[in-house]
Amino acid sequence: MSLDKSAVRSIAELARIEVPEEELDHLAGELSNILTFVEQLAEVNTDGVPPMTSVAAMALPMREDRVTDGGYPDGILANAPGAVVLRDSPQAPAQGGFFTVPKVVE
Amino acid sequence: MAYTLQGETGDWEVVIGLEVHAQVTSSAKLFSGAATEFGADPNTQVSFVDAGMPGMLPVINRYCVEQAVRTGLGLAAQINMTSVFARKNYFYADLPQGYQISQYELPIVGNGTLIIDMPDGTSKHIGIERLHLEQDAGKSLHDQHPSKSYIDLNRSGVALMEIVSKPDLRSPEEAGLYIAKLRSILRYLGTCDGNMQEGSLRCDANVSVRPKGSTELRTRCEIKNVNSIRFVQQAIEYEARRHIEVYEQGGTIDQETRLFDSGKGVTRSMRSKEHAHDYRYFPDPDLLPLVLDPAMVETIKAGLPELPDAKKERFIRDYGLSAYDAGVLVAERASADFFESVAKGRDSKLAANWVMGDFFGALNATGRTIEDPPVTAANLGMLVDLIKDGTLSGRLAKDVFALMLETGKDPATLIEEKGLKQVTDTGAIEAAIDAVMAANPDKVAEIKAGKDKLMGWFVGQVMKATQGKANPAMLNELLAKKIKG
Repeated sequence: MSLDKSAVRSIAELARIEVPEEELDHLAGELSNILTFVEQLAEVNTDGVPPMTSVAAMALPMREDRVTDGGYPDGILANAPGAVVLRDSPQAPAQGGFFTVPKVVE
Repeated sequence: MAYTLQGETGDWEVVIGLEVHAQVTSSAKLFSGAATEFGADPNTQVSFVDAGMPGMLPVINRYCVEQAVRTGLGLAAQINMTSVFARKNYFYADLPQGYQISQYELPIVGNGTLIIDMPDGTSKHIGIERLHLEQDAGKSLHDQHPSKSYIDLNRSGVALMEIVSKPDLRSPEEAGLYIAKLRSILRYLGTCDGNMQEGSLRCDANVSVRPKGSTELRTRCEIKNVNSIRFVQQAIEYEARRHIEVYEQGGTIDQETRLFDSGKGVTRSMRSKEHAHDYRYFPDPDLLPLVLDPAMVETIKAGLPELPDAKKERFIRDYGLSAYDAGVLVAERASADFFESVAKGRDSKLAANWVMGDFFGALNATGRTIEDPPVTAANLGMLVDLIKDGTLSGRLAKDVFALMLETGKDPATLIEEKGLKQVTDTGAIEAAIDAVMAANPDKVAEIKAGKDKLMGWFVGQVMKATQGKANPAMLNELLAKKIKG
C-alpha cells in the first residue's frame, strides 16, 4: 500500500503536526515503506484464528462503583500553564480551578 | 396524518434518527474512581486518569456495565456477550486524552425496539440500532475571560450510554415522543436520572429530507447537543426547511455537524468540527474485550421492573382506563404507583379522574412533587370512597379536597369538623324546597305556567339554603315532584 502526498497532508492535519509542503513527498515515501513492511503479515493465513487481544489469558478486570479518587485540583492543575486556581487565601488549599486555553468559540 | 413540509416543487418528508446520550447513574466514573456528582467545584472530581496524564490506566466500573445491560434489556435489545472498547480520536480542548474511549464495531447492546404512542391512539415501533458505553468529555466555559476558554474536567470520564435510533422517525412530534418514552424507560430502570437541565440526557438529531413518496436516504446533517425536547423539535423543523430550500434552489447539502441556537431558533455550521469526521477508531490497547457473565445478565433480567408499556396495558385491562389516561399515568413510575395506591380496591375510573384532575392540578399549583405530595394517596383514596358511598357530592368533594390541601387532614375528619356531609335525608331536602317555594310563590306560578328554565334557579336556591350539601340527584327528583305535582 502506498500513500500519496494529499493523504500525508491530511494525516498530518488530523495529528496536528505541521509538515512543510516540501517534506510531504519524502514522508509519503517513508510511510509507504513502513506500511509495505507491515503488510508482510498479511501473507500469513489466519482463516479461523480469532483475533488475539492480549498475550495474557485474562478477563477485563472490573472495579466497584465507589468514589476512591479525585479531590486534588492542585495536583491536576500543577503543570498546566495559565491555570486559574481558586482558593480563599494564598496558603489555603485549592477549592477548585480551571485549565485555560485560547478561546474556542463555536 | 403524516407530517409533510410543503416546498415550491412539492411535498417533502423528513427522516430523523436520534442519538441520545444518557448519563449512567453511577457514583464513580466509567474508568476511574473520581466522583460524578453534579455541580462540584471545578476540577475537584478529576483523577489523573480523567485528566489524561501519561501512564494512567483505565479500569472499568462494573456498575456502569450492569446499567448498560439493564437498559439494553429494557429496550428488548440484543445483548452482546463480547464487546470491545475503541478509541475515537479527535482534538478538542475539553478532551485531555486526545481520544474518547467509546465502542465502535462491537457495542455492548445491539438491535432493539422502542414503541411510541401517537396522540391518535396508534403506536409506532422505532428501531434501536445500538447502545454503547463511552466516556463524557469535560466542559468548556467561554464567558469567564475575554480571550480564554476555561476548562473544567469534572465531567470528563463520566459514563454515558449512547443510544442510537434507526432513521425511523418522520416528524418533530415523533422525535419528541421518542425522547419522552426513552426517558421514561430509563427512569423506570433507574439507569439514568433523565435530567435534561443538568445534561444527564442530551440529544443529537440526524436530519435529512426527501420528496414525499421516495424511499431514498439523502445526505444528513447532525445537530449536536440539544438539551430539551422542545428544542430538538424546533431544530429538526428548522433544519428540514433549510434542506428543502437548498434542494429547491438546485443546491446540495454537505454532511456536517451543526449547532442549534435556541435564542434565534436556527441551526448553524460548527466550523471547529470540519475535519472531525475521520475519527480513526481503533481498539483501545489499554482495555481487554468486555466479556459478560451470562449469570450476571440473567440476574439483571430477573430483576427488571414492570416497564411503561406493560404497566399501561395492565392499567387498561385491570382498571378499565382509556389508553390516553393510562399513558399519562404510567409516564412516571411515581405517578403510576400513586394512582395504584389510590385506586386499589376502589372505583378506578373515579380514582383516575381525581389523580389526573384535581391532584395533578394541585401538584402544579403548589410546586410539590409526587414524591412529596400535598395530599397523600391514602387520604385521596378515602375521598374517593366518600364520594362513592354518597357521603359527598362531586361539588362537596372539591371543597373537601381544597381543605385537605390546606390542612393536610384526612377527608373524614374534615367532614366531621366542618359539617360538610351531603344531605340525603328526604325530609331535610323537602323542608328546604318548601321554604324556597313559600318565599317565591310568583316563580312557582311561572314554572307551572310552563317556564321550565326556572327549575335551575330553584335548584340553585335550595343548594344555597343547604350550603351545597343537598344530594343533587335527590334534590332534582323531589323538586320536580313538588312543583309539577
